[in-house]
Amino acid sequence: MTTDTRTLPLVAGEDPAVLAAGSPDWLAALRRSAIARYDAIGLPGPRTEAWKFTGLNAVKALAPVPAEGVPAIELPPAVAALDGLRIGLVNGRLAELPAALPQGVEAVALGDPAAAPDWVRARLGSIAAFETHPFTALNTAQFISGVAIRIARGAMPEVPIVLSVVQAGGDETATIAHPRVLVVVEDGASADLVTVFQGSGRYIANPVTEIAVGEGARLGHAVLQAEGADAFHLSMTALKLAEKSTYEGFVLATGSKLARHEVRAELAGEHIEYSINGVYLGADGQHHDITTFIDHARPHGTSHEMVKGVLTGAARGVFQGKILVRPDAQKTDGFQMNRALLLSRDAEVNSKPELEIYADDVKCSHGATVGELEDDELFYLMARGIPRGRARALLVEAYVQEAVALIGRAPVRDAFAAVASDWLDRHVAGATGSGE
Amino acid sequence: MALLEIEGLHVEVEGKEILKGIDLVIEPGEVHAIMGPNGSGKSTLSYVLSGRDGYDVTAGRIRFDGRDLLEMEADERAVAGIFLAFQYPVELPGVSGMTFLKEAVNARRKAAGEGEIDAMAFLKMVRAKAKTLGITDEMLKRAVNVGFSGGEKKRNEILHMAVLEPKLCVLDETDSGLDIDALKVVSDGVNALRDPARSMLVITHYQRLLNHIQPDKVHVLARGKIRRTGGKELALELEQKGYADFVEAA
Repeated sequence: MTTDTRTLPLVAGEDPAVLAAGSPDWLAALRRSAIARYDAIGLPGPRTEAWKFTGLNAVKALAPVPAEGVPAIELPPAVAALDGLRIGLVNGRLAELPAALPQGVEAVALGDPAAAPDWVRARLGSIAAFETHPFTALNTAQFISGVAIRIARGAMPEVPIVLSVVQAGGDETATIAHPRVLVVVEDGASADLVTVFQGSGRYIANPVTEIAVGEGARLGHAVLQAEGADAFHLSMTALKLAEKSTYEGFVLATGSKLARHEVRAELAGEHIEYSINGVYLGADGQHHDITTFIDHARPHGTSHEMVKGVLTGAARGVFQGKILVRPDAQKTDGFQMNRALLLSRDAEVNSKPELEIYADDVKCSHGATVGELEDDELFYLMARGIPRGRARALLVEAYVQEAVALIGRAPVRDAFAAVASDWLDRHVAGATGSGE
Repeated sequence: MALLEIEGLHVEVEGKEILKGIDLVIEPGEVHAIMGPNGSGKSTLSYVLSGRDGYDVTAGRIRFDGRDLLEMEADERAVAGIFLAFQYPVELPGVSGMTFLKEAVNARRKAAGEGEIDAMAFLKMVRAKAKTLGITDEMLKRAVNVGFSGGEKKRNEILHMAVLEPKLCVLDETDSGLDIDALKVVSDGVNALRDPARSMLVITHYQRLLNHIQPDKVHVLARGKIRRTGGKELALELEQKGYADFVEAA
C-alpha cells in the first residue's frame, strides 16, 4: 500500500479523539484503531493497485467542512411512488423514520452509541474491514450517526424499505459526511431495501453500509447512486452472508462527478446465492467506478455478476471485479460479466476482472466486452424506417434494461427502469452522433 | 413511370470495385429475379438499394419512384417504400418484436404527418398477418430474432414486409437455409403480397425459389455486371448449365 502524505483533512469539531473519548468502550476502541489505521495508510495514490484507475487528486484538493442544512432534493418520482417504509438520513444523521414499523422491523439511530442495543453492538464495525480501506477507516472513526435496521427472525415485511441518504454540499467549500448504515436480516427473514444517494452542491459522501444476512434469510438490495453533479461519492457496502442465504444486489449509478461503488461480500456458509448486478450511466466528464470482491469461503456457493455501462461525452468507467474461491469452497459456481457501451470517441473504460481459485471442483467464468453500437443492428432498424437517432436510443435502452431486468422485486425493478429511461432520454435520445 | 431505374451503377467496397455498371429498370407490379454465382455482387446490390454504409457509389444513378435514391438515408428509403428482406436477419436483444414493428410503422406515419397507430388495432393487424406465416404470439413478444431458428428468422422478415407494405421488396437469398416446408410458407407469404402496384427484386443463387415465386424477368449478375436477361425459362437453363459460362467468360 502506497502512503500518500496529502491525506484528507479531518473535519474540525469531529476530532476522532474526541469522538472516541465520548464513545462507549465498545465503540471507542474501534474508533481509535480506525483512525490509527487511516493515519498509517492515508489516501491511496496513483501507485495503489486497488485505486489505479480512479485518481483522487480532486478529492485530496478539497478542504471539506461538516455537512449542515437540508438540501432541496426530492426522490426521483418513480422511486418516490414506491409503496415503502421511508427512512431518511441527512448529512449522516437520522432524519426520518416511519411513525410505525411493521411487525419484525426495527430501526434505531446510531447517534447515541451508549444506547445501542445488543444486536447493533454485536455487528457494527465487524463486517466492514478498514485495514486496507482508508475511506472505511475514516467513516468508522468519524461517523456521528446513521441508522441500524433489523429484520427479525422469520419476518417478511410486505413493502420495501426505502432508505434515502442525502447530503447538503457547499457552493465553493465542499462538505463531507460519513453516513453509517447497519442492516441485520436475521435467520429466515426476507426483505427488500432500496438505498438512494442524493445531494446538492460540492461534497464528499463517504457512506459505509454493513449488511448481515442470516441463515436461510434473503435480502433484495437495490442501490441508486444519484448524487449531485459536483459530488464525490466513495461508498463501501460490506456483506456477511450465512448458510443458505440469498442476497440480490443491484446498483444503478447515474450521479456524481466521481464515484466509486465498492461491494465486498463474504460468503461464509454453504449454499449461498449471491448476485451483484448493476448499470452505470455516465455523461460529460463523469467517472464511475464499480469495484466488487466476492469471497467464496464455503462450498456450493453461487455468485452472479452482470455490470453494464453506457458512457457518452468524456465519461469514464471502471470495473474491477475479483472473485476469490478458497480451498474449502468446492462446487462454487461463479459468473461475472462486464460490458460497456461507448457512445462517443472520448469515452473510456477500464475493466479488470480477477479470478483467484484455490478449489479444484468449481465452475467460474468471466468476460468483458467494450464496444460501440453494432452497425448491423443500427442498419437493421434503419432499413425498417426507424431514424438513426431513434434507432440508437432503442438499442441503448434495450441494452440497459436487460440488466435492470435482473432486479427481482417487480415494483423496485420498474422504478429503476424508469430512472434509467429518464437518464437515457436526457443523454442519448438527443445525441446527434453519426454512429459511424 | 418505372418504379426503379438503375443506370450505369458502379460501386466500391473498401476500395474494390464490386458493381461495374449495372442497368436495371423495374416497372410497378413486376417481379425480377437476379441470379448469379457467389461473389458476383448480388448482396452488394441489395445493400446499395437499401442504403447501408460502406458502399461507395463511384458512378451512375438510381431513381426510385421519381426520387434520387442515393441522396436518401436508409430510414428515408424504407419510409419511401424500399424493403430489404435480409439474408442474415439481425438479432436485437431486448427489443421486442411488437415494439420494433410499432416503431417502424409509426416512423412511416410520422413522415406522412399522421399520428401514432392505435395500439389495439395494430396488435390485431400484426397477429392476423403473423398467423398466416405460422408466427406465434409468443414469438412476437420475444426479442427480435433472438433464439429464432433460421426458418423463423426468414418468416419474420416476411412478416415485417407484410406489415410495412412496401412498394419494392428486395429479397436477398430468402431461400437460403430453409427446408421445403418453410420455403413454401415464405413463398406463399411473398406471393400474397404480389400486387400491380408492388414490385419485387428476388436475389437468389438457386432456381428453386423461382418455382414458387414466378418472375417476369430473370437477370444473370456475374463479375459485377448483368450479363444476360431473359424470361423465367432462363432460370431453368441456369439450373441445368450452372454459372460456368458466366464465371469463366473473359
